[in-house]
Amino acid sequence: MRLIRAIALAACLLVPIQALGQASPIQDLLQEHGEVIAKSSRKTIQPAIDALRESGLPAAQTVMERWQEKDLWIREADGAFFFVEKDGDTYTLLDIATGEPAGTADKSELKQLKPNSGIRGLIGAALVQFQLQDPNPASRRAALDAIARDPEASHLEALRGAIETEQDAEIRAAKERMERLLTIPYGDTDQARVAAIRSFDGDLGLDVRAALNPLLATRTVVVEGDAPEALNVARKLRPGGEELTFDDAYELLVSKDLAPPAVDRTAKRVALEANAENGLVAGFATTDLDTWTERNRAYDELAARGVVPADVPVEAQQEAVGAHSYYLAYAEPSAAITDAARRSLASIETGVMVSRGIDITLDALSLASLYFLAAIGLAITFGVMRVINMAHGEFIMMGAYTGYVVQQFVPNYTLSLVVALPLAFAVTFAAGVAMERLVIRWLYNRPLETLLATFGISIALQQLAKNIFGTQARPLTAPGWLDGALVFNDVISISYIRIAIFALGLIFLVLLLFTLNRTRLGLEVRAVTQNPRMAASMGINPDKINMLTFGLGSGIAGIAGVAIGLFAKVTSELGQDYIVQSFMTVVVGGVGNIWGTLAGAALIGFFQKGIEWFNPSNTLAAQTFMIVLIIIFIQFRPRGIIALKGRAAEA
Amino acid sequence: MIRSSFAPGVAPVLGAPKAHRSFVMRNPSVLIFLGILALFTLAVTLGAEATGTGALSTSFVKTLGMTLCLCLVAIAMDLVWGYCGILSLGHFAFFGLGGYMIGMWLMWERTEGIVLSATAAQALPPTPDELRAAVGQQIFGVVGGSEIPAIWAFASSLPAQLALVVLVPGLLALVFGWLAFRSRVTGVYLSILTQAMTLALALYLFQNESGLRGNNGLSGLQNIPGMTHLPQSEVSIRFFWASAAALAIGYVLAAWVVAGKFGSVIRGIRDDEARVRFLGYNVEGYKLVIFTLTAIIAAIAGALYYPQAGIISPAEIAPIASIYLAVWVAIGGRGRLYGAVIGAAFVSLVSSWFTGGQAPDIDLGFYVIRWTDWWLVLLGFSFILVTLFAPKGIGGLVDVIRHKVVPDRHGADLGPDKGSFREAEQQ
Amino acid sequence: MSQLLEVSGISVAFDGFKAINNLSFSIGPAELRAIIGPNGAGKTTFMDIVTGKTRPDSGHVTWGERNVSLLRMSESRIAREGIGRKFQRPTVFEDQSVLDNLVMALRNDRGPFSVLRYRRSDGDLGRVRELATEIGLADQLNTRAGILSHGQKQWLEIGMLLAQEPRLLLVDEPAAGMTKAERDRTVDLLRRAAETRAVIVVEHDMDFVRKLGCKVTVLHEGSVLAEGSLDHVTKNQDVIDVYLGR
Repeated sequence: MRLIRAIALAACLLVPIQALGQASPIQDLLQEHGEVIAKSSRKTIQPAIDALRESGLPAAQTVMERWQEKDLWIREADGAFFFVEKDGDTYTLLDIATGEPAGTADKSELKQLKPNSGIRGLIGAALVQFQLQDPNPASRRAALDAIARDPEASHLEALRGAIETEQDAEIRAAKERMERLLTIPYGDTDQARVAAIRSFDGDLGLDVRAALNPLLATRTVVVEGDAPEALNVARKLRPGGEELTFDDAYELLVSKDLAPPAVDRTAKRVALEANAENGLVAGFATTDLDTWTERNRAYDELAARGVVPADVPVEAQQEAVGAHSYYLAYAEPSAAITDAARRSLASIETGVMVSRGIDITLDALSLASLYFLAAIGLAITFGVMRVINMAHGEFIMMGAYTGYVVQQFVPNYTLSLVVALPLAFAVTFAAGVAMERLVIRWLYNRPLETLLATFGISIALQQLAKNIFGTQARPLTAPGWLDGALVFNDVISISYIRIAIFALGLIFLVLLLFTLNRTRLGLEVRAVTQNPRMAASMGINPDKINMLTFGLGSGIAGIAGVAIGLFAKVTSELGQDYIVQSFMTVVVGGVGNIWGTLAGAALIGFFQKGIEWFNPSNTLAAQTFMIVLIIIFIQFRPRGIIALKGRAAEA
Repeated sequence: MIRSSFAPGVAPVLGAPKAHRSFVMRNPSVLIFLGILALFTLAVTLGAEATGTGALSTSFVKTLGMTLCLCLVAIAMDLVWGYCGILSLGHFAFFGLGGYMIGMWLMWERTEGIVLSATAAQALPPTPDELRAAVGQQIFGVVGGSEIPAIWAFASSLPAQLALVVLVPGLLALVFGWLAFRSRVTGVYLSILTQAMTLALALYLFQNESGLRGNNGLSGLQNIPGMTHLPQSEVSIRFFWASAAALAIGYVLAAWVVAGKFGSVIRGIRDDEARVRFLGYNVEGYKLVIFTLTAIIAAIAGALYYPQAGIISPAEIAPIASIYLAVWVAIGGRGRLYGAVIGAAFVSLVSSWFTGGQAPDIDLGFYVIRWTDWWLVLLGFSFILVTLFAPKGIGGLVDVIRHKVVPDRHGADLGPDKGSFREAEQQ
Repeated sequence: MSQLLEVSGISVAFDGFKAINNLSFSIGPAELRAIIGPNGAGKTTFMDIVTGKTRPDSGHVTWGERNVSLLRMSESRIAREGIGRKFQRPTVFEDQSVLDNLVMALRNDRGPFSVLRYRRSDGDLGRVRELATEIGLADQLNTRAGILSHGQKQWLEIGMLLAQEPRLLLVDEPAAGMTKAERDRTVDLLRRAAETRAVIVVEHDMDFVRKLGCKVTVLHEGSVLAEGSLDHVTKNQDVIDVYLGR
């Protein structure tokens, strides 16, 4: 069969070109390389692809694309190339230059070209050039993305060819950047590559690091005597040091056939066990073989009897290792390039550190505003009433559940958020006032008992939430416009939810400052904070103030709950996760002062993020260290960052 | 008016005080307590499977033994809070640390035993290193490692770990207390700080890197090395006896501490810290002594508790546990040692009755109240009620009975907390 | 005559408000002194500084024959040095018996561990009974301090101060809320105490001060306005201005 086909093909080639139905320049070009195209071998196909790419014919791109998609057919009779439209067993032939129908043929008369993946890759690489010059900017961008995903040496030339003609400044810049990126691994000369590397100094792009890091890949090399000139040595290694254990060093010798293999402990153990008989191995009692000194002696005895291969004595191993030098060498042979890459990476590293610092700062800011929101209610109630509300966390939880319930009735997420925020405030405000009226006001001047009573409320509320909403987490979905993140570069980004929380914190800071400093209520609250008895004698009703303050503090907790629920799952334990941090914020910040709480929240937020920076994988450890730091901090500022002084502080 | 003599109040002995009355004479409640405890121990012994009729199941004997340990830690809590006015939310952490310290030995010894019996079948006995590696693999495989952390250095030695039961929580309490008290942190501030300490410890233990098996904790602690030949029923009654003995000793020790001048001083600190300071007492030193002493008592209670519980994990140390401890003492009645014991025993037993599913559900027609779901709600609300209406707790009933015999002219009770406000009122 | 307590040039400010302004004061080892002054004159702050509760921003406070500085000592250390203080409101340990209150105040080793081992000796009990007789509470040693009358609490507190055997007694408004008979007794008590030690009495009540019959120091806005016998200072024009000017 094959033979027949080959003969037929050969016959075809003899047929004058004019004999072919549809003569066109592209058809001519394909005919010129018809043999290699039909042979479909990766080894020989390149000239055909190059010819197509460089032909400058308008149809070349289409032909290559369809070839790549296995839609290029050869008519066995004359070797002409066609595209095909299938319709049952009759195939409609399409002219490869114009796409016009050019008659029909039976399935048996045609041969489909099935380029293998290697050839498809080569075609793809060639196609890149066309795509890079595609009139549609989106296609050009897509082509650049494709290159970025899977860069190859062949892309470099295509890119270079596509820069000059580029009109769009942005895409041109992207192309030039890509050209430099590709020059790093595939540049013709070392100078060109070094120049490309150094051009990226301080560039924070991940793509740059991805291009530079492979240049610095190393391997361990062992040689006798000094390192050969050709070796691009990173540094010399000392066997037995941190980077190269003695065993590994010897192992390397063995793998290079530079030393006989040693018998490791597992093998010795197996050998000893295999030769144990009646409690004896080579005359040693097995019960004595519980140290390696004894086991080695027994093994050596076995070896002396010729039962097992002899071990290489440690001295011999040391000698062998000592006779060789070990180097950590770059896979990249050119020292100029590795030096340049190292220097560039170092400068990038500096930039990355700075950017990460900024990123952490942003993170810390948003965390601080979250803590501020969670803690400010607590701080207000503590400041005014000297009451630590252990159920504060449960008010946060109530706020989050309020948000969840609202979403069950209001499907529009934006609208539901608009409804949920004031509603959460109202619900927790009411809960707070109820709690103050029913429990707390009976316990004034017994702060520790208040703490415990509110704890009773806390466990009851938590369990109630579990009974009502179940133990599984409930979603509180953020509106679409809060999805995603504001990205500054590959390192600095901040999610919109965090920005929103920051804004919310800011709004409440301003609102509270206004309320406390500019309104009658604020005046009365401050009076009660500083001296309750004096305030009472001035005609301020402390009962009313206490009630309102407690309601306000609880209400803000509800708002914080909605904010937290947006990015954390809503569970009955939601509040517990924030309560201790809130306490810490109040303690660190100092009592009875919004700025103090702000400072406390900032300090704790930055503490926590700062610790995470040093140990990014372990948030548990970060929290542990944070608490320890706070305990130490209290040593120096027992009354918090912003402390009241003098007589007021004694209260 | 000047020399008008009032009713003698609740003073137990009239007339001039004698110099040397025996401690027990001055504290009849100690004898009563010891008598009741002895009777209870006898009753349980007679009811247990190993030593008596078997009316009490082994698991119930364990529960009772554990309850005695909880009573002991409640006494520690009462000393530090009810008597000295420090509402520590960290004493259950010391309790847990004590459990961890003994748990390390229990787990190590037992695992070593298992490894040894497993390797007995092999031709070669293991080298010490191989043994360690195998034990390490057994213990730490669950957290993805076989390295034995440095803190396990003494785990194979019972005396060393027993010493650590006292030393580790004691030192932690000493250092923390020194830091907290010297900066004059008091009242709710101090409570929050102790809670933070507890949380930090729990979070630390939750990490695998802590070397104490992260959130897996230590398990299999009910298998006591050296007692493996005994059935659990026998082990349980022995631990019950040990717990009862520890509780008796702890009670007498605590009663002795609070009965003398030391007790006077710490109650003075509770009621009016500044005044005690101006009397020339180093208040911080006293607080530190009582804080550390109670931490050690708590740790010993924990070391007895966890072999009966069988497992300890960081969740046991979570801040909430320490708050429950305070709840027990508050419900039982602060400032009286038997109150703490009653509170711990009552609440923990009732709690296990409700959460164990033994309490009958209440069918309201439209809704069935399942106590496993509603017990915490009930506990929360009853706790609020106790705080509001019965600040003396269950122990207050004793006063009610006694006051029928000797009426007290003085009505209002001085809660242990008032002192923290006394200083403020001077201004 | 060497002075027992020497306060020189102390100043202290709370949030900018100068509570004590360059105040100097001294008292001998066996002297009764009354300090008077309008509200806010700095009387209580002065006591706070001497007893270590408040640290002055500047100035010196030296004590005893060896002229040690009190400024670096803790409150409890100062108390052990021999300075006793009685607060304006009677502060006794209401939950404990009169006996316990007095025993706690007795001059004994104050370390936690020696207190833990402490047993009431016959000598201590004798001393307590002596003190109780002096303050008129001998019959009520086993009474809970909380149920004493206001005046009895004041005396109990004075008794506790005496039990400390201080070399300097600071007494803040001892006569407040007392009946006339009680006041007379208190005057008597203070005068007897001053025979062997220094006593500083802060008092509003001129009648009470007159009965004390001692040197008087007038404080105003944190510094000494006048010093001398009561008759002397009441004739002082500045003092008249301060008292009548308000």
